[in-house]
Amino acid sequence: MTSQPVDIEIKNVVKEFPTKGGETMRAVDNISFDIYKGEFFAMLGPSGCGKTTTLRMIAGFEDPSSGEILLRGKAMQNVPPFHRPVNTVFQDYALFPHMTVLQNVMFGLEMRGVNKPEARKKAQAALEMVRLNQYDRKPRQLSGGQQQRVALARALVNEPAVLLLDEPLGALDLKLRKEMQLELAQMQENLGITFIFVTHDQEEAMSMADRIAVMDKGHVLQIGPADAIYETPVSRFVADFIGETNFLTGRLKRVEGEFGWVELDEGLEIKAGVNDPSLNIGQEVTVAIRPEKFNLFATEGVVKYPDGSSDQASAYKTALLRDPDINLVQGTVTYANYIGTDTRYMAEFGASKHSIVARIQNFGLRSDTSFEVGQPAYIYFDAETARILGH
Amino acid sequence: MTESAAPYTSASSRVDEIYVNEGKVRRDMNVRRVGKIGLLIQPIAAYFFLWAPIVILVLFSFNDSRSTASWQGFTTRWYTNIFNNIVGSEARFSTSEMLQSFSSSIIVAVAATAIATTLGTLVGMSLARGNYPGKRIVDNLLFLPVVIPEITQGVSLLIFFNLIFGFLRDVGASPTPGFGTVIIGHVVFSLSYVAIVVRARFADMNPKLEEAAQDLGATPWVTFWRITFPLILPGVISGALLAFTLSLDDFVITFFLSGVGSTTLPVFVFGLLRTSVTPEINAISTIILILSTLLIGIAMSLQGREIAKNS
Repeated sequence: MTSQPVDIEIKNVVKEFPTKGGETMRAVDNISFDIYKGEFFAMLGPSGCGKTTTLRMIAGFEDPSSGEILLRGKAMQNVPPFHRPVNTVFQDYALFPHMTVLQNVMFGLEMRGVNKPEARKKAQAALEMVRLNQYDRKPRQLSGGQQQRVALARALVNEPAVLLLDEPLGALDLKLRKEMQLELAQMQENLGITFIFVTHDQEEAMSMADRIAVMDKGHVLQIGPADAIYETPVSRFVADFIGETNFLTGRLKRVEGEFGWVELDEGLEIKAGVNDPSLNIGQEVTVAIRPEKFNLFATEGVVKYPDGSSDQASAYKTALLRDPDINLVQGTVTYANYIGTDTRYMAEFGASKHSIVARIQNFGLRSDTSFEVGQPAYIYFDAETARILGH
Repeated sequence: MTESAAPYTSASSRVDEIYVNEGKVRRDMNVRRVGKIGLLIQPIAAYFFLWAPIVILVLFSFNDSRSTASWQGFTTRWYTNIFNNIVGSEARFSTSEMLQSFSSSIIVAVAATAIATTLGTLVGMSLARGNYPGKRIVDNLLFLPVVIPEITQGVSLLIFFNLIFGFLRDVGASPTPGFGTVIIGHVVFSLSYVAIVVRARFADMNPKLEEAAQDLGATPWVTFWRITFPLILPGVISGALLAFTLSLDDFVITFFLSGVGSTTLPVFVFGLLRTSVTPEINAISTIILILSTLLIGIAMSLQGREIAKNS
C-alpha cells in the first residue's frame, strides 16, 4: 500500500466558515491523508461532517483556511477550479438546462480548445460509455438516471486526473442506485481514474470503495478498506455509523496483548479485542459487537450440528467453554422477529440487564433455536469479533 | 385468513354508530353552492370594472360623432385627423408636433431602457450572488422607487437637478433640462423594476451551474456569457420591456423634467386635454394603449415560456 503512487495529499487542512454570530465554525478540523492513484476512495459521514467541504476544497471551490492540498505533488493553493485537472459530478448533476446532452458533454472539451469535430467524437464516445444515445435532448427531458449518466459523461470526457463525486446517487431510487453503484465501480476499474466519492450512505461506500474515510464533525476518524472499518472500528462513532452494533458498557479490568477483559457487572467479565493504547485499566469502556456475531442456543434440550449430528445443550456448553476465546453468558430472549434470511432476537443478560440485538441466520445449526419470548438461552460470541472502544 | 377476519368484525361491531347532523350538512352544502356561484360572478364583475373604461375609450375612438355621449356609427376619421393636423377646433395641434413628441418618447424610452437594463441587471446580480455587509439594506432600498409616489419622485428629481445645474453653472457650463434629465429620471424609476425581475431569475437559477462550468474549465468571464447570461436572459428581456413600457407611459416625472423639445407623447396628450376630450385624443390614447399592451404581452409570454420550461 505504502509504495502506491499518491494522487492527492491532504496536509493539515482546516476550513473555517464565519457564522452569523461573528464566530467561526470549523467545517474541517485539521485533516491529513493521502489518496492513492487509481483508487476508489469514499468519504463517509453524516451531513455536516465536512466531507463535502473537503471535496469542494479538492475541486477548488473553497480554499483551505490553513494546510495544503497537493495534486500529484503540486500544491493547489491559488489554482482556480478551471485550471485544476479534476472534474466533479454534482449532487444535483448541475447540467446546463439550455444546452443539449451533447453540448453539455462537449462543454469541457471546448473550454480546453479541442476543435468541434474532435470534441463531438469524444463526447459521443463518452456518452456511449455511459450507454446513453439521446444526444439532442435537453436535460429536463431525461429521467434522473439518465441525467446522472450525462453528468458522468460530461466529467469523464475530460479525462481528469481525479473524478470527484458528490453524493451522485442520492437522488436515484433504490433499484437504480444499486445498478449505478455496480456500474460506477466497474467504470472506475476500467478507466483507472482516481474516484473520490462523498456519501452519507455506509452501504454505498462499502459496496464501491477500495478505502473509506469515516468523518465526523470535521475530523477523519478512521481510514481503511470496508472490512477493516466494519470488523475493527476504532471508535464508538465508527462502529455505530457503519452497520448495526451492540454497545455494552463496563470497566476495563486488564489487557493482555490484543485482548482486554471488561467487567460488565460484578462477576460478569467478557473478553474482547483491543488495540487502543490510550485506554487505562479501570476506566469506563464500550464493547462493540455486531448482531450477527452472536450465537444463541437453548439452555435445555438438543443442539444440532450442521453435519446432522446433535448433542445435549449442557454438553455443547461445556465444549464451548473449553475455548478461552469464547464469551458465554446466560440471558433471556425478549423479542424475536423473523426477517427472511435471518431472525432478529433481542435478549437481556446480567444483573443490570444488558440488552443486545442478535441476528441469527435461518439455517444450519441455529435453525432449531427458534425461541419463545421469555425463554432462557445461552448467548455466546468470539472475543475476536468484539472490540473494546474508549469513546 | 378466516381466523384473523373473525376478531376484526367482532371488534368493529363494538364501535359506536357515527352520528351525522343532517340539518347542518344541508346548511353547509347550501353555503358551498352560494360560494361556487360567487366565485363565478366575482371575476366577471372585477373584469367589468377593469375593462369597461378602456373598451369605451377604444370604441369611441371609432365613433362617427364629436359627441362622446352616444354611438353614431363607425369611422376611422379621428385616426386620419390626427395625421392631418386636425384636432377638433383646436388650432395649436399639429401632427408634426405629435410625431416629434412620439419620437422623443421613443428616444427617451430606448436610452432609458438600455441604461436601466444594464445597471438593473448588475444590481440584480449583485443582490443575488454578492455577499457583503449591508446587502439587506441595499435589497430593501431597491423597492423604494417602486413604492414612492411618482409626484414625490418628480419633485425630488427636480430639486436634485436644480442643485446639480446650480453647481454646473458655477463651473461655467450652461445645462438645460431636456433629454438628459428625462432619461436620467426614467432610469431612476425603472432600474428597480429591472433589478427585481433579474434578481428573481437569479434566485431560480442553480448556482451550482456556474461551479459546474468552472469545474469544466470555463473562466468566470466565459461562465457568465455561456451559462449565466443565457439563463437570466428571459429575466433581462422582460425587465427591459417593463422599463421600456414604464418609460413610454410615464407622465408625472417627465412633466417635471422635460424641457423645450423633449416633450414626450403623454405630456403632449396632456397638453391637448387642457381644452377638452376629443375623439382624436381617444385615437391617440388607443394607439399608445396598443403599443404598451403589445410590449407587456411579449414580456409576459417570455416569462411564461421560461416558467413552463423549468417546471
